[in-house]
Amino acid sequence: MDEGLRGELSKHGVFTTTLEGLHNWGRRNSVWPLQFGLACCAIEMIATSMARYDLARFGAEVFRPSPRQADLMIVAGTVTKKMAPQVVRLYNQMPEPKYVIAMGACAISGGPFKQGYNVLKGIDRYLPVDVHIPGCPPRPEALIHAFMTLQRRIDAQSLTGPNRARHLRSDVDSEFPVPQFGAHDLHPPSNPKTWTPPQSVRSQ
Amino acid sequence: MIDTESIANELKTALPGCGIEFVANPSPSAQSSLLIQGTDLVAVAQWLKDHSEYRFDYLSNVTGVDHLEKTIKEKVKKTQVVDGEEQEVEETVEQTIPGYLEVVYHLYSMPLRHGPLILRARTGNRSNDVALPSLTPIWRSAEFQEREIFDLYGVTFDGHPDLRRLLMWDEFEDHPMRKDYVEPDDYEYEPTPHGPVLERANAHQTPPSTDAPSETQSD
Repeated sequence: MDEGLRGELSKHGVFTTTLEGLHNWGRRNSVWPLQFGLACCAIEMIATSMARYDLARFGAEVFRPSPRQADLMIVAGTVTKKMAPQVVRLYNQMPEPKYVIAMGACAISGGPFKQGYNVLKGIDRYLPVDVHIPGCPPRPEALIHAFMTLQRRIDAQSLTGPNRARHLRSDVDSEFPVPQFGAHDLHPPSNPKTWTPPQSVRSQ
Repeated sequence: MIDTESIANELKTALPGCGIEFVANPSPSAQSSLLIQGTDLVAVAQWLKDHSEYRFDYLSNVTGVDHLEKTIKEKVKKTQVVDGEEQEVEETVEQTIPGYLEVVYHLYSMPLRHGPLILRARTGNRSNDVALPSLTPIWRSAEFQEREIFDLYGVTFDGHPDLRRLLMWDEFEDHPMRKDYVEPDDYEYEPTPHGPVLERANAHQTPPSTDAPSETQSD
């Protein structure tokens, strides 16, 4: 639509938009997170949802206690190997379109427990992460920033074409294999579809 | 403060035949302990809990220690006949101490406000003789801590009401806090490692056949 005509119409009290814009406006302003926390980052997540930081301004105050009603998984805290299958299972149970924010050093890389034997070295070994937040723990402002980043990404998605939203695409995986408890480690140790080991710069 | 050595002497007279050894700690903390034979652990614990003068009713901490097999070299002077003459010769004698797992208990008394009294018990070895009696029937607080030691060190506690792994999953087979534990090789290397870490990262990340020629040229 012509921008001049749109401006002219809005002066007369007529609001015009595209179906795509309306669709994304609704989607990005009602992203309901799944209510679960894994470690100390969850405290910051709770603080973000309360009055002082007020995640409600972004339409995300409705923390859903059921994965069937949630759009966003905030992985807030250390993912131990014992907990990882349950986190993947919760993600699988969420309906499309669904998004993942990995919050804090532990969720993105294992953090201070990276060299331990029982902590997953980043949830992106099993799940497709949309936004990573560094910090130990990240401040509520950082979570809000990640949330706004996710909103911008949702806004940039279109109804048709290669940049379709997740629920309109058939080529994206909605479910990911749940890792099994092995004798020494989780099996498989990572999902090659979501994660490949980083190549060291010096070995090339 | 309680005198661990006098408790050891009292225990020896009260429970004759029990394996009780006083282990002094020469460090500034001077936290000496009692080394109890595994089979006598329950009797000693019950005596310490019931005795009116001590009343150790609170078991605050149970932890494990892993001792690997170690060899000690000692120099021993011997008289030997060398070329028809008697000479004093120094000889190194190697002594092998088999490995064992140790469980350490910290006892306090709430009504008498003293403690800690430190008990230790050792298993026979690190592989097949790893059983110790459980103290859960005496102090309920031992339950989860003994489960944790079973999980991380592999000590089995006879008489424990619910001996399952506490922290790791049930299918897990290793004991991560043992000194010979090999952790899964899933470390994610930083993009710019150097030195021995670079060697490990190369073996980990790039196939050696394609990487080998370029490695010899660089540096």
